[in-house]
Amino acid sequence: MSLRFQLNGKAVSVDVPARTTLADCLRHSLMQTGTHVGCEHGVCGACTVIVNGEAVRSCLMLAVQAEGAAVVTVEGLSPQNDLSPLQKAFRKHHALQCGFCTPGMLTTAHALLTEEPDADKNRIREVLSGNLCRCTGYIAIVDAVYEARAAYRK
Amino acid sequence: MSFVGKPVERIEDLRLLRGRGQYVDDLHREGMLHAAILRSPVAHGRIKAIDSVFARKMPGVHAVFTAADVGSPVPTVPLRLAPLPELVPFEQPVIAAQEVRYVGEPIAVVVAETLAQAEDALDAIELDIEPLPAVVDCHHGRLAITYTASKGDALSVKAPYVRKERFGVQRHTAVCMEPRGLLASWDGAKTKLTVAGAAKVPFATRRMLAKNMDLPEDCIDMLEADVGGGFGVRGEFYPEDFLIPFAARKLGAPVKWTEDRRENLLASNHSREMDCELEIACEKDGTIVALRGRAWVDMGAYMRANGSIPPRNIAQFMSGPYRIPHIHIESHALLTHKTPVGTYRGPGRFEADFFRERLFDIAARELGLDPVEFRRRNLPRPAEMPYPLATIRPPEKTEELDSGDYQSALNRCLEEFGWTEKVKLNGKLVDGRYHGLAIGCFIEGGAAGPRENARMVLDEDGGVSVYVGSASVGQGLETVCAQIAADALDIGLEKIKVFHGSTTYLKEGFGAFHSRSVVMGGSAILDAAKNLKEAMRHGGRSAEGTFANHHHTYAYGSAAAHVAVDARTGEVELLEYLMVEDVGRVINPLTANGQAVGAVVQGLGGTFLEHLQYDAQGNFLTASLADYLLPTAGDFPNIVAIVLGESPSPHNPLGAKGGGEGGIVPVGGVVANAVAAALAPLGAVPRVLPLSPPRIWQLIREARPRNSF
Repeated sequence: MSLRFQLNGKAVSVDVPARTTLADCLRHSLMQTGTHVGCEHGVCGACTVIVNGEAVRSCLMLAVQAEGAAVVTVEGLSPQNDLSPLQKAFRKHHALQCGFCTPGMLTTAHALLTEEPDADKNRIREVLSGNLCRCTGYIAIVDAVYEARAAYRK
Repeated sequence: MSFVGKPVERIEDLRLLRGRGQYVDDLHREGMLHAAILRSPVAHGRIKAIDSVFARKMPGVHAVFTAADVGSPVPTVPLRLAPLPELVPFEQPVIAAQEVRYVGEPIAVVVAETLAQAEDALDAIELDIEPLPAVVDCHHGRLAITYTASKGDALSVKAPYVRKERFGVQRHTAVCMEPRGLLASWDGAKTKLTVAGAAKVPFATRRMLAKNMDLPEDCIDMLEADVGGGFGVRGEFYPEDFLIPFAARKLGAPVKWTEDRRENLLASNHSREMDCELEIACEKDGTIVALRGRAWVDMGAYMRANGSIPPRNIAQFMSGPYRIPHIHIESHALLTHKTPVGTYRGPGRFEADFFRERLFDIAARELGLDPVEFRRRNLPRPAEMPYPLATIRPPEKTEELDSGDYQSALNRCLEEFGWTEKVKLNGKLVDGRYHGLAIGCFIEGGAAGPRENARMVLDEDGGVSVYVGSASVGQGLETVCAQIAADALDIGLEKIKVFHGSTTYLKEGFGAFHSRSVVMGGSAILDAAKNLKEAMRHGGRSAEGTFANHHHTYAYGSAAAHVAVDARTGEVELLEYLMVEDVGRVINPLTANGQAVGAVVQGLGGTFLEHLQYDAQGNFLTASLADYLLPTAGDFPNIVAIVLGESPSPHNPLGAKGGGEGGIVPVGGVVANAVAAALAPLGAVPRVLPLSPPRIWQLIREARPRNSF
């Protein structure tokens, strides 16, 4: 099936079998491999992307459901030659080790802070508890997201 | 200029944070095909027929391979660590021929143009398997080998206080966030096999693959991509490490295989499942005279590449950091019809610490001694270093603790935790919950030999390329090696480029296991830097370096925990957990702390949540992340790690000790002791992990049947 949507601000059109997930479409048809697939059953959160402003598991969404939507992936949150304030905070706090869960953490945190730039640590923990990380023990991730709040305040 | 010891922000973060990492499933090759693996649906059975006639005709299918295509005899997964001839009969065939011995054992490989087509065809294969009885409890399993760790005369020595207990740890494992994957390509004209997705020990894997595929080693390149977590499990030789290159060679096309999460939970090494009967003998003042006992280790269906390590380690490290003159531990490695076992971060040590520290607290309580004083009395002093551990056999290996002030780490932990004040809460009921506190001591082994190699090349642009045989499993190797190299050459960090893991960089390398990458690779880099400086005086532009070592390092420390237990529900809340570990020399405080905290939370998963479960017929019950529970961001917020570099190892020029595993080692023991302290007024005694709410609730009921809450 052919579909069109906005990916990181640019119009894309792609032809995929109807059963293709949005995650596989992004990774293998559009070659945007920053979005990772960790469980394919919606538990780990590594594949989280932002669809029309909301954090969504791209492994649980069919690509065709993205028709006409605005999709943002980790590539779209990354300045060309620098890191975003959120990414800088992750680096400063050593909030990633192997980096596999990181794109999902960044998209989830970005969606949260865009809506709730004053989220406290409990709220950050609550929202991030849908994303699994096996390396860091989460403490540095929560600290990084908490520090990045300032950049999201209008 | 000095970078070593500074919290240098990681070099690899710049690509990983922007989605520019290249993990194996991110790689594409022209004409690439996709493999899916048909796995045994039963725990034990005889294969009577595999009918793939229909599957072969399905759209996009290029091939279906079974044992018949692989040839006879079917190659096996070779033993890598501590290989012994008596274990060879228990090696795993890379694909099942006549018999299947665990749910998940590979039976057929389908290769198709898309992964979806390969999976469709998988469903179309008809299997006829005659079921056979499955052994699920290792106490009824076949004995593969018995390891014995001994010191002094433990079996005959007498003491005024003797106490025996039984303990058990449940099956659980690493569950890396990135599933395993391989992308193999075959170039027939050049007789070249290229395998991306190598990790941990690419050179050893190449050696094993070359033998199994009857190719010279230099016809195979193993390439390391970004690696999404290792923890001992990823990167060992698995059946797929033969099957995917085999398929690529047969078809003359690149073949990619990526584990899905169900396969990951079924097919990657499991670990930890063992129980023991352990006896302590001591003087009335708590001075330990002897530690003796037996452990039974569930190996699963086969002895895999490093499967011998957990049963060896449980025997050799049962005594942990303590001064124990007489030791005798027998460890029986027993085969069952479950997924085979390998190492997982702190193999045998996490389990040993749970068994030993539980027994210590039981003994201290019965002797009327303070658990802190009990431990302090039995820790070796710096003047006693190097201190001998028990000798393990077979093969025979002596071992000694290298250096350190163990009592000082214990004292620091007590101070930072505020032990004296907080311990007053022990056993107290506050707002409906029982509080408990505990402290324990641990060691972690590191720096496995035999050697590591490095090469340095002066680049045209004035920078230096550093090639090292250590491998990355996501721990920040690139940054730490760059820090060491920059200091050794006295140049800026930005001038260093680090290349690691792939077999194309060096003649030989040894990789990432037993917390060895930094100690061994870093020491080899120091040697290469010295040689490069010498070479440059004579106009040379490159140099090699090496570091050989047969002495292990022992990082050490103490950890304390405070819990509150709701006796009505069995729920345990971890209120505080603090650990102090001395790793000899801290290269990068950011990454060292990250290793420690991350390891603690992984250990808390194994203590409270994670359990790979089977039913009585050997069916696997926990094949998704909804069934196998990992810690989440809300579970354990109050973890503090203090990583010190006060007692350098005498065995390497950096003075560093392996520091990737210590955090996980004491967790089960310390937390279970805190829960035991909380429940002491109710008479409930935890002896088995995980400390799940139903189990705690049941313990309380059993201890006080008439209690109602």
